[in-house]
Amino acid sequence: MGKVIPISGNYAVAYAAKAADVDVIAAYPITPQTAVVEKLSEFVANGELDAEFIHVESEHSALSAVVGASAVGARVFTATSAQGLLLMYEIMHIASTLRLPIVMGIAARAISAPINIWCDHSDFMAASDTGWIMFMAMNAQEAHDLVIAGFRIAEDPKVHLPVAVGYDGFLVSHTIEPVNIIERDEALKYAPKRVTWYTLNPDKPITLGPLASPDWYFEFRVQLQDAIEGAREVISNAFAEFAQHFGRKYGEVDAYYTDDADVVLVTMGSASGTALAYVEEARKEGVKVGLINVRLFRPFPEEFIAKHIENAKVVAVVDRAVNAGSSFVGPLYSDIAVTMFKRGFDIPVVNYITGLGGRAVLKDHIDHMVKHALSLVGKKMRDIKTHYAFVGVRE
Amino acid sequence: MAVAHPLDKYLRTDRIPTMWCPGCGLGIVMGTLLRAVDRRIKEGSLKRENVGFAGGIGCTARMTLYPLFDSAHVIHGRAIPFALAVKIVKPEMKMIVVGGDGDLAAIGGNHILHAIRRNADLLVVMVNNMIYGMTGGQVAPTTPRGLYTTTTPYGNPEREMNMIKLTAALGANYVARGSITHPQLLEQYLYKALGKRGLAFVEVISTCPELFGRHIGFRSPVDLYMEIRKRIVIKAKPSIEESDYSWEKGFVIGEFVDRDEPGFTDTIYEYLNKIRGGGVQ
Repeated sequence: MGKVIPISGNYAVAYAAKAADVDVIAAYPITPQTAVVEKLSEFVANGELDAEFIHVESEHSALSAVVGASAVGARVFTATSAQGLLLMYEIMHIASTLRLPIVMGIAARAISAPINIWCDHSDFMAASDTGWIMFMAMNAQEAHDLVIAGFRIAEDPKVHLPVAVGYDGFLVSHTIEPVNIIERDEALKYAPKRVTWYTLNPDKPITLGPLASPDWYFEFRVQLQDAIEGAREVISNAFAEFAQHFGRKYGEVDAYYTDDADVVLVTMGSASGTALAYVEEARKEGVKVGLINVRLFRPFPEEFIAKHIENAKVVAVVDRAVNAGSSFVGPLYSDIAVTMFKRGFDIPVVNYITGLGGRAVLKDHIDHMVKHALSLVGKKMRDIKTHYAFVGVRE
Repeated sequence: MAVAHPLDKYLRTDRIPTMWCPGCGLGIVMGTLLRAVDRRIKEGSLKRENVGFAGGIGCTARMTLYPLFDSAHVIHGRAIPFALAVKIVKPEMKMIVVGGDGDLAAIGGNHILHAIRRNADLLVVMVNNMIYGMTGGQVAPTTPRGLYTTTTPYGNPEREMNMIKLTAALGANYVARGSITHPQLLEQYLYKALGKRGLAFVEVISTCPELFGRHIGFRSPVDLYMEIRKRIVIKAKPSIEESDYSWEKGFVIGEFVDRDEPGFTDTIYEYLNKIRGGGVQ
């Protein structure tokens, strides 16, 4: 087993990319991600990691460069945040439909305007329709582990898709925690390098991404959908084997006290830690509240969510992003609400939007949400007038 | 009310002190720029209400926040398209784009090419501290070869980018390089640039004591300032070739290009008048 060292979430991600023995890294500085690629450039310069580090001139070029490297069979990594992720957005679709196994770290941060460098999930959620497999880590250890699991999943012959590992900007990226570091040999035993995807090959030339007319384009998109659906089984297996290799058990979601909870909270990222601390205290006082932490966001783990809300009377979804003008408002809420609708749940599902632009998500805020949600116990969804509320905002 | 500083009338004093680190060159850049603007306003060749600032992302772009003029702090690299659009809609405006080397030469590199191709009537001030300062001192396209940065811990292996050569080659009306170590000269260049039609490009060699200086062995802002000052070569009429810089060779400052070709605004209005048979103002 590896050793435990105190490092930030950013360094945990950098150590994971090093352990995965990546061949090419291309990145552009952006707060709060920058420390990942600084550390990686140090590893490369020290000869601790035999990789090419490309200092590109924008994030658009960063993802384009890793697409190019992946297209010739390299194991590739990049990381970004906020505006950088939005600049990559165009290439994200290209990476997924070209079926290239790229792994990217996203230190989740608010989007301009106005400029804000602190944590929320606006960037991560904006990328949720790109066909990437997406995870959200709760802490530095998870960020480290998910990057390594990410390579195994991305490069699986049944998948061949890019993987994004989100972790909260500053709250996780800059907080120093003890992290059990996976060493290179162990990482490669778990996620061996194997190039099974279509690569450029001078002996047998192919062209990636040429024009697909209406006769063929549709089928590529269907294949992308099939691939990401098919990834569910690979992800489950990857987590099971991760536990065997490293002893840490991960699931698509984590559920706490959901069996007999009246109110089930659904959270993502570092707020799940706060919510869990709240739930444990509330349980001692006899409040019947449970918690689901969503670790896998794409493909959305519907079955796992549905299983854990079977006995709930109200579902309370916490979002750190806003899809302004939509029918759902919070992006996580939309997936939960559809999951419930498809299965005929007729209980209230409500949305609390909080912590935008780095505003702290406190136990008091969670308490406010749970008390409000408890007041809805016994009602039906059609009895609810407003399904969302902003918590912790100026009046 | 007592005036603490002669430039206070141009500053949002409630925003002072700035977020710039002690010893940063940006205070000198802002001071010289505002003095140049002040001279233009006092002599009547520029109206205060017509001055606007646009900046992208970075420490330099933060300059949009302090002067008491209309300004926009847009996204990384994209201040030039913003400023150009303002100029097209309100041709009486004098738009000043302030950005760092990372903002204008890297991520926004494409926009400066086309602004110059059009000879857009803008003043572009590129403050070159030779690294990405705000994000922690990573290597930039302008980092001199061989220097240490946070992402080149054994020295930068790549060639440094010379924006003077690029802007001169593409046909900017005015191209100069100044340095924060020589503020009077810098003020002259900025003053002159403010009076030009077409595109005026002023590069300013500046200091980032925290994230550039310390990484290359200069412990205090003064040490870095003195070192840069030592490496500045002043030339009255330098050739374009002389604008190439390296850490060893130093930095030639001076006016590299000064011509007077029609700017984008002139071109557009001439074109519109031709199509519509005159009367477009």
